[in-house]
Amino acid sequence: MTAVEDRPAGFVDNDQKPVGYGRMLRKEDPRFIRGMGRYVDDINLPGMLHLAILRSPVAHARIISIDTRAAEAHPKVKAVVTGAILAEKGLAWMPTLSNDVQAVLATDKVRFQGQEVAFVVAEDRYAARDALELIEVEYDILDPVMDVRKALEPGAPLIRDDLEGKKDNHCFDWETGDAAATEAVFAKADVVVSEDIVYPRVHPAPMETCGCVADFERVEGKLTLWTTSQAPHAHRTVYALVSGLPEHKIRVIAPDIGGGFGNKVPIYPGYVCAIVASLVIGKPVKWTEDRSENLVSTGFARDYIMRGEIAATKDGKILAIRTNVLADHGAFNGTAAPIKYPAGFFGVFTGSYDLEAAYCKMTAVYTNKAPGGVAYACSFRITEAVYLVERIVDCLAYQLDMDPAELRLKNFIQPDQFPYTSKTGWVYDSGDYEPAMRLAMDMIGYDELRKEQAEKRAKGELMGIGISFFTEAVGAGPRKDMDILGLGMADGSELRIHPTGKAVLRVSCMSQGQGHETTYAQIVAEEIGIPPADIQVVNGDTDNTPFGLGTYGSRSTPVSGAAAALVARKVRDKAQIIASGMLEVSVADLEWDKGSFHVKGDPSKSVTIQAIAMRAHGAGDLPEGIEGGLEAQICYNPSNLTYPFGAYICVVDVDPGTAQVKVRRFVAVDDCGTRINPMIIEGQVHGGLTDGVGMALMEMISFDEDGNCLSGSLMDYLIPTALEVPEWETGYTVTPSPHHPIGAKGVGESATVGSPPCVVNAVMDALKPFKVRHADMPLTPSRVWEAMQGRTRPPI
Amino acid sequence: MQVSMTVNGAPVTEEIEGRMLLVHFLRDQLRLTGTHWGCDTSNCGTCVVWMDGEPVKSCTVLAAMAGGREVRTVEGLEQDGVLDPVQQGFMECHGLQCGFCTPGMIMTARALLDRNPDPSDGEIREAISGQICRCTGYTTIVRSVKWAAAYEAAQVTS
Ligand code: FES
Ligand code: FES
Repeated sequence: MTAVEDRPAGFVDNDQKPVGYGRMLRKEDPRFIRGMGRYVDDINLPGMLHLAILRSPVAHARIISIDTRAAEAHPKVKAVVTGAILAEKGLAWMPTLSNDVQAVLATDKVRFQGQEVAFVVAEDRYAARDALELIEVEYDILDPVMDVRKALEPGAPLIRDDLEGKKDNHCFDWETGDAAATEAVFAKADVVVSEDIVYPRVHPAPMETCGCVADFERVEGKLTLWTTSQAPHAHRTVYALVSGLPEHKIRVIAPDIGGGFGNKVPIYPGYVCAIVASLVIGKPVKWTEDRSENLVSTGFARDYIMRGEIAATKDGKILAIRTNVLADHGAFNGTAAPIKYPAGFFGVFTGSYDLEAAYCKMTAVYTNKAPGGVAYACSFRITEAVYLVERIVDCLAYQLDMDPAELRLKNFIQPDQFPYTSKTGWVYDSGDYEPAMRLAMDMIGYDELRKEQAEKRAKGELMGIGISFFTEAVGAGPRKDMDILGLGMADGSELRIHPTGKAVLRVSCMSQGQGHETTYAQIVAEEIGIPPADIQVVNGDTDNTPFGLGTYGSRSTPVSGAAAALVARKVRDKAQIIASGMLEVSVADLEWDKGSFHVKGDPSKSVTIQAIAMRAHGAGDLPEGIEGGLEAQICYNPSNLTYPFGAYICVVDVDPGTAQVKVRRFVAVDDCGTRINPMIIEGQVHGGLTDGVGMALMEMISFDEDGNCLSGSLMDYLIPTALEVPEWETGYTVTPSPHHPIGAKGVGESATVGSPPCVVNAVMDALKPFKVRHADMPLTPSRVWEAMQGRTRPPI
Repeated sequence: MQVSMTVNGAPVTEEIEGRMLLVHFLRDQLRLTGTHWGCDTSNCGTCVVWMDGEPVKSCTVLAAMAGGREVRTVEGLEQDGVLDPVQQGFMECHGLQCGFCTPGMIMTARALLDRNPDPSDGEIREAISGQICRCTGYTTIVRSVKWAAAYEAAQVTS
């Protein structure tokens, strides 16, 4: 494998790139740095109209009446549509990705503040907004259910009276592991520690908000939708089911996407409204939400109230973990997780440790908050699982007065135990945890830091060292276990080699900044020896890519990456047969030399892949039974998830006077198996670490008891800037996945998953002199101050 | 109303509504979509352009207020097919992922280097602290700006 980690500084020359893996500058960057990216809101079609949505100002209310006459009279308005109008067409409700239903426009009631009530289509965006002001809605205000702990109390207001026979706000129950076996282990354990741990509601808030341009072409009867979608193929199928348009008459295009982080997985009412508007009016219609709409109405993340319990021997052997979770799913269950996994992959809450037993019981409820649940780089709820286990392990360390690094090292699953089946049934493919942990400790200088901490404590200074060690499970399917609305979680890939040896790879996943155009070109280059610069990668256009479920849950490299490698091998196999004809030897007598086949024992007799491509398309003879052309298509169905892991250590300083937390250093050691482009991997990690600091210290979507969202702008929902985060330090180990064709694992969400407990553990470590074992995120100065005064309280 | 200004060196005169924001004027009217918008509250900085050489958040400026001024956007940075070293630095150091914040970051960074050709990490972080990047975690943006500074310093000495 070529590994060119560093290249001399100087100007880019993309033709000089190594073939295959290694640091390579991104193919997508030349357009972005010139401002020539093409995002949804950049699209302007002739005659295009603008759509704006009227949203509910209250969290729970019955709609008495809607008067749209004044809005309709606005000279620039083309249409005003309410839920009643959609209901006549059978379009007022749509399925969510969790088989629930969600209102496109409210018909009977509004169920969260910010819910879609009506839309206006007008000649420009200003006029559309003006007309919203002219719509009069009369509401009969109902009591909202804002406190998730009270959602199931008898007499709680019923939110989902649209569901037949529904009598309460119960959404689902779910359990995993063995309750009785776990209880038996807890009963005999020397030490049991339990803690209430809240993962508050947060929001992915990508810098580009959601939006679309819908263009229905009447003559062909074809709908083209440019949209902010991480899963264009799945979206197309859902639109076909909702709208009744035949699926081949729908083309979903995700152009450049300004960040997704799971926010762009669900289908939002705004997309459906724009489609309906274009179908009815016959003109292209653009909808772009503003930032407040994005924060108050689109896919939130987390919102788990967890009771964590851990059982151990007195010398620190962890025996069992048990948890009870109350999950707030908002007004509609909009979770985008595989259907058989209503709690996503939360079942991996046993973490990186070898346990005797584990059990989880979860109750999910409806509240009068926005729907969503799986977003913000959460790896299908692994974020919550890792936070739980890494926090409760630290609570155990506190209780045993044991070093948290030592406690973890003592309990890791050992390398010879892989593949390892966890007590909740997850089969960890590969891992070697101790070297990663030791590397992180070396990089940060763990022992010296502990010394420094002791000196500082003696002087009354508050310094904390936090550790987290995570294992993720990413790359959903296989399809037999995992589907979304019946669509199996597999991904397609198609590779065509043109006569001159240039190639185009078409994949079903969709980049939102991860650099697929580069990474996939490198994967194919490694397999088939064509330079990455000669390989164009196409994604995000359902008419021009094979079917697949898209990019979320860190599944691109584990699934689409595998598909890219395998389709290249399939093409190479055919190339080998053609080469055997060209060199007049048998297939078995050929050796591959990354870019050419040569005759075994005689390297001078060789043909390049480019020459083979020309032959495949040329007029000359091809071996018996071989068709012309050099292309292939496959659909990759993963046999298992991949299990990346990492060791994170950070240092924080807490100002004893203001309780302000400053992250001084952060070392992240990641193991994502085979590394395709180390530069891109590092970038993915950096971004996730920043998210983690945000969640640990600043970010939270909060509500008042009347149901008002208090975090509806970037003035209220705080995201880290360059001043709140340190210079990131990264390292890596390499433990390839045994079942992935190139041994790679996903990495896009590792740091978002692993960093929040690391930062919180560090702050708790700093607060040890105050005998604080746990305080919930976000650790804002006021919450840290309260913890220092012995007054910790949950944020919700 | 009518407004006239210079955009990337070329004079423009357009009919606009008095309330039109400069960011919408650039994007929707002039179709210079390299300048983005990402918030309603002047917090994100994806909309940064220059007015008379000073970085401004174009979502917080009325197009009318730019009348008679010289506006430069990311589209105006590349000169005669040669990229600005800051643009080059962002590519070299992976200072971008989704690219959405990038034009704003680049405009701010260019303005910083014009004032301070050898900024410290802290000065770079301070300069971009009114802008949000949700993807990169900022370390690589800092490296990108330093790359550009070092490149320009080398040009001067050679
Ligand atoms: S659009 Fe966010 S600061 Fe201008
Ligand atoms: S690169 Fe995506 S927001 Fe900065």
